[in-house]
Amino acid sequence: MKEFKVKVEVKLKPVVLDPQGKTVLTALHNLGYEKVEDARIGKLIELKITDEDAGKVKERVNDMCLKLLANPVIEDFVVNVEE
Amino acid sequence: MSKSNIYKFGIVVFPGSNCDHDCYHAIKHVFGQECEFLWHHETDVGQFDCIVLPGGFSYGDYLRTGSIASLSPIMKSVEKFAQSGKPVIGICNGFQVLVESGLLPGALIKNSSLKFVCKWVRIRVESTKNLFTENMKVGDTLKLPVAHGEGNYFCSPDELKALNENSQIVFKYCAENGDATPESNPNGSLENIAGISNKEGNVLGMMPHPERCTEEILNGTQGRLIFESIISWLNLNNKQKDRA
Repeated sequence: MKEFKVKVEVKLKPVVLDPQGKTVLTALHNLGYEKVEDARIGKLIELKITDEDAGKVKERVNDMCLKLLANPVIEDFVVNVEE
Repeated sequence: MSKSNIYKFGIVVFPGSNCDHDCYHAIKHVFGQECEFLWHHETDVGQFDCIVLPGGFSYGDYLRTGSIASLSPIMKSVEKFAQSGKPVIGICNGFQVLVESGLLPGALIKNSSLKFVCKWVRIRVESTKNLFTENMKVGDTLKLPVAHGEGNYFCSPDELKALNENSQIVFKYCAENGDATPESNPNGSLENIAGISNKEGNVLGMMPHPERCTEEILNGTQGRLIFESIISWLNLNNKQKDRA
């Protein structure tokens, strides 16, 4: 058994409007960062998992994303596994 | 309403529900029905005639609104209850729980204004192919209060097409004359959607709060129509059962 550090990035799908990102974009422009063209806000979830190998971990975390960590109707997710 | 039996309503209580007592009051004292609170650890709801998922902030809206509550032990039995064809109504956070559990399609995301909206709105009845609009006609408008930060209904174009084709869009936010205008949409919902049902028409999710306007003292009584429709349907269903 090994310990793995897993990072799950959850982002709103490109077709879903992100009013929070829009508001942050406006605030960045107000600060003078006019070159910023877009801002989208997502979530980063960090997990510590003890399991046999990285493949199994990835598979299980994918399941977790589909069942709970992300909502596939509105969100995309990326799973990164590190030993 | 003709002579009515007394039915048993179950109100599911999650940690963070806060409209459970309003629902209880309306159902028990305004409509004279039997009513019980059901803690989210319950695993059998088969003895009830109608299940209510009330508004609130279950689990502090952690992760996504309704997401943690949708995995509560009681939700498996609510799913079975819904499959048996009996009425399930989710109001506000209850609607969010229903979409997260997959009992209704789509998702509810942050209001496009980013603000919590708390005000009276008007909604138009779009479909009567469900048991919750039994006593209404398409085109009727109702004045009900909303109070939410995440009521912006979203779904894929395919899902939206299916909702329209199956007459699952039950209520749309509208102006006083009944038009679904952008100005009358309080949260940015697709097509001004305020409430949808499942295909079978026995599960309803809606953002406005019918339980908050069932008495004159609350400045509005049109929320009654929804509860009365449920009771009418239960009466009808009972009669059919008696005949069978």
